[in-house]
Amino acid sequence: MDLNHSADVEAFRAEARDWLAAHVPATPLPSLETREGFAAHREWEALLHSARWAVVSWPEEYGGRGVDIEHWLVFEEEYWAAGAPGRVSQNGINLLAPTLFDHATGEQRARVLPSMASGRTIWAQAWSEPESGSDLASLTSRAVRTEGGWLLSGQKTWSSRAAFADRAFGIFRTDPDAPKPHQGLTYLMFDLRAPGVTVRPIGRLDGKPAFAELFLDEVFVPDADVIGEPGQGWRIAMSTTGNERGLTLRAPGRFLAAADRLVDLWHNLGNPADTALRDRVADAVVGARAYQLFTWANASRFAAGETIGAESSLNKVFWSRYDIALHESALDLLGPDAELADGEWAEPWIFSLAGPIYAGTNEIQRDIIAERLLGLPKGRR
Amino acid sequence: MRFLPSEEQSDFARTLRGLLAASDVPAAVRAWGAGDHAPGKELWARFAATGLFALAADEAHEGMGLMPLELAGGFVELGRAGVPGPVVETAAAAVLLTRLGDEALAKRFLPGLAAGETPATLTLPGGGPYALDADAATHLFTVSPAGELRLAPGAGPPRTSIDPARRLALPDGGGELLAAGPAVTAAARDAADWARLLTAAQCLGTGEALLARTVEYAKQRTQFGTAIGAFQAVKHRLADTLIGLEFARPLLWAAALSLDPGEVAAAKLTAGEAAYAAAMTALQLHGAVGYTEELDLSLWLRKARPLRDAWGSPSQCRAAVLQERLR
Ligand SMILES: Cc1cc2nc3c(=O)[nH]c(=O)nc-3n(C[C@H](O)[C@H](O)[C@H](O)COP(=O)(O)OP(=O)(O)OC[C@H]3O[C@@H](n4cnc5c(N)ncnc54)[C@H](O)[C@@H]3O)c2cc1C
Repeated sequence: MDLNHSADVEAFRAEARDWLAAHVPATPLPSLETREGFAAHREWEALLHSARWAVVSWPEEYGGRGVDIEHWLVFEEEYWAAGAPGRVSQNGINLLAPTLFDHATGEQRARVLPSMASGRTIWAQAWSEPESGSDLASLTSRAVRTEGGWLLSGQKTWSSRAAFADRAFGIFRTDPDAPKPHQGLTYLMFDLRAPGVTVRPIGRLDGKPAFAELFLDEVFVPDADVIGEPGQGWRIAMSTTGNERGLTLRAPGRFLAAADRLVDLWHNLGNPADTALRDRVADAVVGARAYQLFTWANASRFAAGETIGAESSLNKVFWSRYDIALHESALDLLGPDAELADGEWAEPWIFSLAGPIYAGTNEIQRDIIAERLLGLPKGRR
Repeated sequence: MRFLPSEEQSDFARTLRGLLAASDVPAAVRAWGAGDHAPGKELWARFAATGLFALAADEAHEGMGLMPLELAGGFVELGRAGVPGPVVETAAAAVLLTRLGDEALAKRFLPGLAAGETPATLTLPGGGPYALDADAATHLFTVSPAGELRLAPGAGPPRTSIDPARRLALPDGGGELLAAGPAVTAAARDAADWARLLTAAQCLGTGEALLARTVEYAKQRTQFGTAIGAFQAVKHRLADTLIGLEFARPLLWAAALSLDPGEVAAAKLTAGEAAYAAAMTALQLHGAVGYTEELDLSLWLRKARPLRDAWGSPSQCRAAVLQERLR
């Protein structure tokens, strides 16, 4: 067992650190959940991409550096430690791209990935529907065969960043007569500015248009934008949720940096004697380390050729609870200043509150853990 | 970086697990609690024969060199099996004497400790006042805050912990002065870190045993015509228990790799809390039968809380984490 990175990884770390130190904006960009912030973040993505830091784990031909997961984890540590902006293109990079690598044609990869990497095209995920949240397979939005492609109709909702994004990916019912709800679904990509698409931004808890509803009225999608075989959408989509909850949705670097900031806050307040608060600061430090080490162990399994299955649900519940606890501790330390909406911790706290809901609610994750990892009997779902 | 135990590292733990699973540990624990140490010592001889304690002593004195990773893996198994006795203390005493580097003392005590033939107990600065199982140990070492290592002449009357298999006694003052000075203080600090690490390992094993027994129970106990394990309220508590334990494990590995005091404290804090939470879940999900001493589950249930606090309470561990962090 060994926790040391190779010289190659450390050199990569140093290179990333130097570049970030020279390029991370001195003043934070405006919130990426606003029009102005979205544009500023898009520019940041372009800058990252120009130095090939946007998608380090992708093959070089698509703008990456072709590095393994250990390099990626180290890059993320440096990225968040440097205080770099949140990634406006994360839906595409974390959710659609892995799906494309696994299931798309060469033509689709060549067409979609480069503009995703540069931030020229920002992607939204269009999975949820008003009547289909946790029970995603019950979705009813449909795609009907037409000359050279499909016509999409129905309604999607809670689509993150769709208010300002360019394109979306989602699953649609193509065979309403399939015997089971998981069958007869098709995974495809569409343009948010195509005729027939209406995007209605939804204000999240703090009012910022962080997600949107999509109304689709016979929106044309060419065959070239179907991913994998029609009817196989569920299987393809599930291979993506594994990525989402598993190793790549929340890199430990993000929490290590947040825990550092919390310790600094506590320290700058003069190490308050309140031991209950002190304990929570310590818990944040320990939790970030635990998450980092857990991820490294999984990455080692990955490198040894194993695949990560239901274990990714352990991750999801852990980081989402951790994130809330950390931000609540910051607010408690801030005292009367905690409620100031423009405070440094306010927006991250608001964001943390959604963690147990998106990417599969924590209740659903716990079911997966209990049934697939502990072998408990299936209950009513 | 390859943050996974190697085959050899896992092999040792597997061997120990098999051996303990084939022994009647619950009977030995119950006898131990009743003051009869014989079955416990027989058990002890069996697991000591795997070379467990030799992992805490140097080669010159019948040890295998200090191998914290392998030892921690072994102590997870001791926790899983719920073995009685001053296992942590014996290993910590071996570490203390190895680190001290006093040839005469090493020769006198280490071979017996490394072989597990002369169980020891000890109190160290920063640890609790009580020596565990002084009545069953061959040696009782004490280290004073001033750095005096002594062989205590005896101990007060044993008092029973909330875990009847843990018996606590205050060492008598005085006794033979074995060594004194900064070298003792430094060796005692190392020994305390090892004691904390190995207790964390024992906690993790204890929590795993509690979870495994509770999962089995939830699969076979039926109410309302269905296995209780099919109810979400039951499932979700068990899922949370698994999360707690699975995130403690890598902390334990990292602590064993580095023996950094902050890492050791983080591991102890997390494993201790996870095991105690596992105990509370186990109790609740077993219902009334879990609240009896008859059920073997009680042997682990009652251990979880004392182990969580031994060799560093959660609060002490949190303080240590921040101290290292701000250094
Ligand atoms: C900030 C944010 C961003 C999001 N971004 C996107 C996005 O980009 N694209 C997208 O498609 N979707 C997105 N979502 C939607 C998200 O995926 C859904 O909210 C989620 O799947 C839950 O669905 P729901 O909100 O309809 O809740 P419901 O499924 O209606 O659940 C309501 C409550 O009931 C519980 N519940 C439901 N079923 C069970 C069960 N069987 N057992 C126990 N409890 C149960 C849930 O856990 C939850 O607590 C986002 C959500 C948020 C909050």
